[in-house]
Amino acid sequence: MLHGLIPEASSFAGNIDWLIFLVLVLVGFWFIVAEGVFFWLIFRFRSRPGHKGQYLTGHEKHVERWIKIPHALVLICDVIIIIGAVHVWYIVKMHLPPADYTVRVTGQQWDWVFQEPGADGKLDTKDDIYTTDSLHVEVNKTYHFLLESRDVIHDFSVPVFRLKQDAIPGRTITGWFRPTETGTFDIQCAKLCGIGHGVMVGSMVVETPAQHAAWVAKNTPTSAQ
Amino acid sequence: MAQASAATAHAHEHGSHEHKELHGILKYLWSTDHKVIAMQYLFTGMFMAMVGGFMAYVFRMQLAFPGKSVPLFGYVSPGRYNALITAHGSIMIFWVAMPVLIAAFGNYLIPLMIGADDMVFPRLNRLSYQVFLLSVIVLLSSLFVKGGGFGGGWPAYPPLSANAKYNLTPLGSSMWLVAVALEFAAFLMGGINFITTLMNARAPGMKAYDIPMMPWMVVIASIMFMLSVGPLIAGAIMLFFDQNLGTGFYDPSRGGDPILWQHLFWFFGHPEVYVVLLPAVGTVLEIITTFARKKLFGYKTLLYTAAATAVLSFFVWAHHQFIAGIDPRMANIFTVTTMIISIPIAEMCFVIIATLYGGDIRLSTPMLWALAFMAEFLIGGCTGIFLGASGADIYLHETYFVLAHFHYTFFPIAIIGTFAAFTYWFPKMFGKMLNETLGKIHFWGTIIPFNLIFIPLFILGLDGQQRRIYDFQNFPELRHLQPIRILATISLVVMLLFQFVFFFNVIRAWLKGPKAPKNPWQSNTLEWTAESPPPHGNWPPDRMPKVYRGPYEYNHPDREDDYWPQNIPPEPEPAPSPAR
Repeated sequence: MLHGLIPEASSFAGNIDWLIFLVLVLVGFWFIVAEGVFFWLIFRFRSRPGHKGQYLTGHEKHVERWIKIPHALVLICDVIIIIGAVHVWYIVKMHLPPADYTVRVTGQQWDWVFQEPGADGKLDTKDDIYTTDSLHVEVNKTYHFLLESRDVIHDFSVPVFRLKQDAIPGRTITGWFRPTETGTFDIQCAKLCGIGHGVMVGSMVVETPAQHAAWVAKNTPTSAQ
Repeated sequence: MAQASAATAHAHEHGSHEHKELHGILKYLWSTDHKVIAMQYLFTGMFMAMVGGFMAYVFRMQLAFPGKSVPLFGYVSPGRYNALITAHGSIMIFWVAMPVLIAAFGNYLIPLMIGADDMVFPRLNRLSYQVFLLSVIVLLSSLFVKGGGFGGGWPAYPPLSANAKYNLTPLGSSMWLVAVALEFAAFLMGGINFITTLMNARAPGMKAYDIPMMPWMVVIASIMFMLSVGPLIAGAIMLFFDQNLGTGFYDPSRGGDPILWQHLFWFFGHPEVYVVLLPAVGTVLEIITTFARKKLFGYKTLLYTAAATAVLSFFVWAHHQFIAGIDPRMANIFTVTTMIISIPIAEMCFVIIATLYGGDIRLSTPMLWALAFMAEFLIGGCTGIFLGASGADIYLHETYFVLAHFHYTFFPIAIIGTFAAFTYWFPKMFGKMLNETLGKIHFWGTIIPFNLIFIPLFILGLDGQQRRIYDFQNFPELRHLQPIRILATISLVVMLLFQFVFFFNVIRAWLKGPKAPKNPWQSNTLEWTAESPPPHGNWPPDRMPKVYRGPYEYNHPDREDDYWPQNIPPEPEPAPSPAR
């Protein structure tokens, strides 16, 4: 639903967009019915000469059902939405597919610092590549990220991935993503983090395996070679 | 029995009023009359609304035309931008919605609508306003101290809010916190007064289900406020200590936890939404029943849904924290509770809509505002479902979708609800009638631009535009959305300009408007049996009203008139005049 506005560039972007569409359909239905009935009643029962209002307490059986039936139907819609929401939440936030690579993402006032595993594919080894403000990843590989903050709360947000996670000082939060489209995309900080919040922008560079290998070879620190 | 003792207390209170009648400015500074205190809250709240509205103008101009000097303000630096959005949010919620909807209309209407001569604790009431005024002064001065006003967002998440090293506003952030704490203290005093007054000072004959909805809603809101604010006050003290005494309650390097604040804040913050919603709903119900000439559809249903909302609102707070690093399993629980709270709210909307069925609907200005509340609040309510569904919130969290959603709840509550209440009770409060044509121009001039401000912001949110950014030109994916931002800003300026029609209408009515009769809308509730405006004590002591029926007996089959005021005795012999 959202891909007309913004690309779907991760494996779970489609799930999230599907959920938003589901909610839109159910909520949109109720919204149109409620507003429709509302404006129709205003028109139907407008004051005009010779017209008199009715006396209804709202507790009569035959009118009370006009509240009770919608009440039950709203409850059913809620259950459907809860099932959908929990399903998508489980995929994105609760289950962790095995990683091809792991990267460390650190927020600080007002930069993103990335630690990438380098040629050996392992994090915290001598050939790790450190970058500021741009993260280079390979398309169709599952990445785990270890999200940290050095000072205040930041939020690692990649809209095209539909990915968002707060970075909390003192904690390491693990999450995952799997890019499905190549290109350069925005990384936002989505949590107000001080006067530089508005310039805390990074880029997510999703590359083909060949491009990525070339980038890794070029950027591997000389001390590790 | 309780009423007898309350009446004695009143008599005593009155004696002391008469004893030292105050003059001149002192009359206003030290008055214990609930109506004077209500006016003080009302005018202070409206002044703060102008301040908050001006701030919105400044930062919307910066967003539409980044880097250009804003007329009447100047250049908006990132630090100033953050201070402006923080102050706008805090002001509109704590210093506009609460003082106007709860304190002003609650104070004015509770004694009048339940037939009491004043609040049961008039001096506490006065102290409440004085503390509130102090909080206003502290807040406004915090914007001008060295380092500037606090810029950490109105939820004030630590460590940003806790440490001047991070927020660069050593004085501003502490003063903001002190101002908020003072405001809470003021509302605790007001709240206890509302609850006690409704319990003890009702007119003879007014049973629980004869109380009009407005007092009920203000009192339920006050109970919620009192139950929810405690943890936040504790949290605020810890935050103040972190800021100024070097403690580490929220500092992870010293064993603290920044997420603790988020729990304490939102445990208050979510009930707070309903604290301001309920008085607006109460207002809307009074107006809709009066102008639809219709008994409220399901009085008890509505009361129970309000109570259910109040209870449930204490179990939804963590939906603000889905992606804040809480245990992901918690999100499922809070998704369920958040979806459940949609049911009483939906039912409340159904009751309001159903009340129109079979009515005799008159579209006067107050009625237009009340109907607009319903039409617009539905958008706010429906878009909340997207955010309450944890999976969808991953994407929408902290985007303009959230911002547009809560403005579609808070604007109907705090602005539309206030205009509804103000235009409806203006004849009673000021003894003059407002001009209907000007009122309708102001109505359409507010409602149409309002939608043109916030519908574009929903689109920006779906595009992935995050909040609290002073210049989106820094984000390559968001640059092309500039025309939508300009549309929203222009709509805001138009809406603000139309507010001059309102002020003109009010001043004109005040100076030379037609005199208001006691009961211009032919309404049933007790405030319309007092003079317009009511004198100190509301009714002559020997003619305090008695209540014989519920508040919404419109178009009763046993009666010739289409209304039946609560105070008219039921005897079949003809009453001399319905309004007496």
